Amino acid sequence: MSRVELTVNGRSVAREVEDRTLLVHFLRDHIGLTGTHVGCDTSQCGACVVHLDGRAVKSCTVLAAQASGGEVVTIEGLAAGEDLHPVQAAFREHHGLQCGYCTPGMIMSAVDMIRRYDGQLDEKTVRHELEGNICRCTGYHNIVKAILAAAGTMRQEDMRAAAE
Amino acid sequence: MGVEGIGARVLRTEDRRFITGKGKYTDDMTMPGMAYAAFVRSPHAHARIVRIDTGAAARMPGVIGILTGKELAADGIGNLICGWMIHSKDKTPMNMGQYPAIATETARFVGQAVAVVVAETRGEARDAADAVEIEWEELPAIIDPLQAIAEGARQIHENAKSNLIYDWEIGDSAAVEAAFQRAAHVTRIDLVNNRLVPNAMEPRAALGYYDAGSDHYTVWTTSQNPHVARLVMSAFYNVAPEHKLRVIAPDVGGGFGSKIFIYPEEIVCLWASKRTGVPVKWTGDRSEAFQTDAHGRDHVTHAEMAFDGDGTMIGLKVDTIANFGAYMSLFSSAVPTYLYATLLSGQYALPAIHCNVRAVYTNTTPVDAYRGAGRPEATYVLERLVETAARELGMSPAELRRRNFIRSFPHQTPVIMNYDSGDYEASLDAAMKAADYDGFPARKAEAARRGRLRGIGMSCYIEACGIAPSAAVGSLGSGVGLWESAEVRVNPVGTIEVLTGSHSHGQSHETTFAQVVAERFGIPLANVSVLHGDTDKVQFGMGTYGSRSGAVGLSAIVKALDKVEAKAKRIAAHLLEAAEGDIEIRDGEVRVAGTDRKLAWHEVCLAAYTGHNLPPGLEPGLKEGAFYDPTNFTFPAGCYICEVEIDPATGRTAIVQFVAADDFGRVINPMVVEGQVHGGIAQGVGQALLEACVYDRDTGQLVTASYNDYAMPRADDLPSFKVSTTETICPGNPLGMKGCGEAGAIGSPPAVINAITDAIGTNEIDMPATPEKVWRAIRASGLAEAAE
Amino acid sequence: MYQTTYHRPTSLAEAARLFSEAGDAAYVSGGHTLIPAMKLRLSAAANLIDLRHVGELKGISVTADEVAIGAGMTHAEVAGAAEVKGAIPALAGLAGSIGDAQVRHLGTIGGSVANNDPAADYPSAVLALAGTVETDRRAIAADDYFVGLYETALEEGEIVTRVRFRVPEAAGYAKFRNPASRYPMAGVFVARHGDGSVRVAVTGAGNSGVFRAAEMERALAADFSADALKGIALDPADMMGDIHGSAEYRAHLVTVMARRAVQNLGQALAFV
Repeated sequence: MSRVELTVNGRSVAREVEDRTLLVHFLRDHIGLTGTHVGCDTSQCGACVVHLDGRAVKSCTVLAAQASGGEVVTIEGLAAGEDLHPVQAAFREHHGLQCGYCTPGMIMSAVDMIRRYDGQLDEKTVRHELEGNICRCTGYHNIVKAILAAAGTMRQEDMRAAAE
Repeated sequence: MGVEGIGARVLRTEDRRFITGKGKYTDDMTMPGMAYAAFVRSPHAHARIVRIDTGAAARMPGVIGILTGKELAADGIGNLICGWMIHSKDKTPMNMGQYPAIATETARFVGQAVAVVVAETRGEARDAADAVEIEWEELPAIIDPLQAIAEGARQIHENAKSNLIYDWEIGDSAAVEAAFQRAAHVTRIDLVNNRLVPNAMEPRAALGYYDAGSDHYTVWTTSQNPHVARLVMSAFYNVAPEHKLRVIAPDVGGGFGSKIFIYPEEIVCLWASKRTGVPVKWTGDRSEAFQTDAHGRDHVTHAEMAFDGDGTMIGLKVDTIANFGAYMSLFSSAVPTYLYATLLSGQYALPAIHCNVRAVYTNTTPVDAYRGAGRPEATYVLERLVETAARELGMSPAELRRRNFIRSFPHQTPVIMNYDSGDYEASLDAAMKAADYDGFPARKAEAARRGRLRGIGMSCYIEACGIAPSAAVGSLGSGVGLWESAEVRVNPVGTIEVLTGSHSHGQSHETTFAQVVAERFGIPLANVSVLHGDTDKVQFGMGTYGSRSGAVGLSAIVKALDKVEAKAKRIAAHLLEAAEGDIEIRDGEVRVAGTDRKLAWHEVCLAAYTGHNLPPGLEPGLKEGAFYDPTNFTFPAGCYICEVEIDPATGRTAIVQFVAADDFGRVINPMVVEGQVHGGIAQGVGQALLEACVYDRDTGQLVTASYNDYAMPRADDLPSFKVSTTETICPGNPLGMKGCGEAGAIGSPPAVINAITDAIGTNEIDMPATPEKVWRAIRASGLAEAAE
Repeated sequence: MYQTTYHRPTSLAEAARLFSEAGDAAYVSGGHTLIPAMKLRLSAAANLIDLRHVGELKGISVTADEVAIGAGMTHAEVAGAAEVKGAIPALAGLAGSIGDAQVRHLGTIGGSVANNDPAADYPSAVLALAGTVETDRRAIAADDYFVGLYETALEEGEIVTRVRFRVPEAAGYAKFRNPASRYPMAGVFVARHGDGSVRVAVTGAGNSGVFRAAEMERALAADFSADALKGIALDPADMMGDIHGSAEYRAHLVTVMARRAVQNLGQALAFV
């Protein structure tokens, strides 16, 4: 057993868990954050993507013990209270989800992608950058649209913030 | 149309929980004292169980119980069934092999459940499952359906001689032979419709709970049709009596057909909960999904089409072998018969059709309905044939299709279906325009200058949806009726709850169904909620598959709304002292037509519940239910055009344009409909280019058992799609809807393959058209040298 | 996953000591090969020794002749490092083409080189750039380091600490990817060095792992152009074959990818 201490969505949590516990199961089973999903067992589908120390990672491929001491943001921690994150809002606005199962991982990956590219994205780049996230419902069409729209919104917000 | 009513592009009400991580899927459910199940599965494609030793496993940490088929049989749990009877052409019934939820004597495919361990944690359950010792006697495995029916092949089930489940036919073979006799041209093709794994992103899961205090059972499960699950689990599997069993399908992460069927795992979780005294949860991992979710397609077909001298189709004959895998899954028998052969007329006025289907056992995962179910296979046969014929006849593919389109409705095909409406030329024209079909030669020449082979292909599909009229399917062998039920509960304050037997696992019912209700009474969408997926809340339902939720499920709601409206009008007429016929309800008001006498909607609702002043003899309350049984199938149709560019050096195909023009009848929410088409196209493109379920022919091992080997379409495999709709109203249901869920997967595979064969100048390539297959075809044609 | 015990050393010495004391142990860095294998119960180590917190494995240093990358550097860090992009852009490009974005955030060069998956990208660069694999015990030339499928010259408990690459005059990488796993089915790293030598290394295709294509190297040394590779066909008998591509197809792809690498120097191209 290991004592795993994490900051999850800004809150400190600590649990004694088996060393073999994956971060995704720590989040889901031990602290009840079931928004992060498991869609495969070969680290490909991306339903489990969370941010660990500021970067998108597949939480099914990290032991909770490896992550211990780190800072995790999950889909539950993205919105500021009632206010959706621009990427969440764009997924709704552009119908970027159907069954919703891949959606948390898609959104967490999109937030990371937009940050890494400083919002300077085009369709080809978004499609390429999404290779670690599989969706079976949408054909990606509206996911791509949503991410491009969110990138535009976030750039505008950044520019507004910079101007103020 | 109101801003939130029929035809409006309304954003989804269900989205908020999904985008904030608050969706509630089966694996998200927990209960106090809950234990975890892990299945011991057959590592062999075909083997006899000599001995199972659970002794060491039972002593492992955390183990609560280990159960095998022996206990299952002792408790009288019944075998899994196929619910659609098909008779062979010699009138004998299909040969259904025994399919126990946990194998007792023989395992017939890799992954078949052999035992289950219930333990305190996931890890402990898996550890103990690994420690269960099984002595096997391996038997020869048969993977290839042609080998399975070859002489001397080892029989997989005792009652299925030559591994044949049925040998079925439809159509008039004499008329077809006569047509071929007088044909000026005959086009022949041999096709394989590749086996697919559905791959809904949420793996199947179940949480079973037996409450000994009240002798009541509850199971949360990943189901597209919880009421069917309850019916089958009680009536056939004897797990629990129907009135003491609650089946809940909460948020479900995609289905595509694979979650229609009632699988061993949910049966076992419920049964094991009673056996062990604790709630038992099983969550499949992706490897288990590959091995145990019902697969789709898997046909081997020879087809011939006869033409007269001017390109008119005069006859079609089709011979198909359908691989059913090791057992007959719940609806398997209907897929290559009444959902396949009955669609072989396509959009064409074919006077004579004959189709023969042999269904075959092999030592592979059971095969059943997957998005489109039979209709993609029919469309693939027809549209490959037509494109090939056009090339052989030297006609443009569009022209050959146009010449043979059905133009008057209703149209009776030679294979049962009676098409009610359509305008195939309209969708063909719309697609060709959107694709700039005429500009293709210039684009091809430009691509050639870049060293790329460009091709264009089309596909004009038809499908039968809205399944289905109960009496009709009953006469064809279905064990159930395929109506739908609904209940509309108007609350005293005028808000409305709609309970539907349809189930949304991505289809957006919570939004689109509410749109119809909101429009009817002119109330805000926010005042309507849609409930589904719980047998304790919804009285009954047949679930969601076959693009039936709109045409059948919504029709039931409309019927219930009619009753609510009639009663509300009766109450309002009484209160307003007017004739019922003069009352109209719109914009949230109930008024006497042509006057300013009116009541607010909620005032009428409240009056219904106070009961202070109702028409004499009228019951209080405002809640109505309805069952809707469709009068016919619905017939969505459309035209898809795909344009590809191929890198001749590697054989890699890139889809550079994809156009869809669909006729779905009336559209409730265009945004949702477009999304359905996008997803369907992606699955169809996946089938055409990427996806193949491959077994090792010698060992029967599933080679493509993970995403490392099964190529799922990713964002960079696909372009953005150009989709549009044309509209002919379906005369068979009150809203005029046809259905849109499966079209994309049905129409797209032949469009992609026709584009590839156009690019590389051959008529032959099988799906998936992998880079190596395309490279080999190019090399054979000599185009590779030109490109280097 | 089987039971395991997690250890987190903060120095090389501590890591090596833990390994030798623990008995049945495995090092884990990014974990993107090991953890998936453990999840599928294909790999079982009673002790996992996490190298991510060993400071000595971090850092990148660049001189006129050499790029040296700490074993603990992630693919994303290497791909984004201005000094790597400046010195060997194809190497940075290769790092940026491994797996997917999330994998690149955790996967490390040390882990890739130590594991020597026959379809990994990095080994081709290490071979073609006449690299040296440094460990906590010694320095091993690339030509001696890669032994076979998942096999290297590493001894039990030896830790890769740094990978050094010779800065070439020009280099390019092109790969054709398995459409399912997205690993290369044929990845070719071509480098022309200052001494006039050319090294061509192939990953994903060979049936005994990464290898140098001698005939291509000779042809390119004589004439460093894509046309020089025309007509050179590798022997399918030396290639892997599977459901995604036969040995014959892979042999063909190697030539196509080699040509494209030469045509696109300074880049890493990924097809599919």
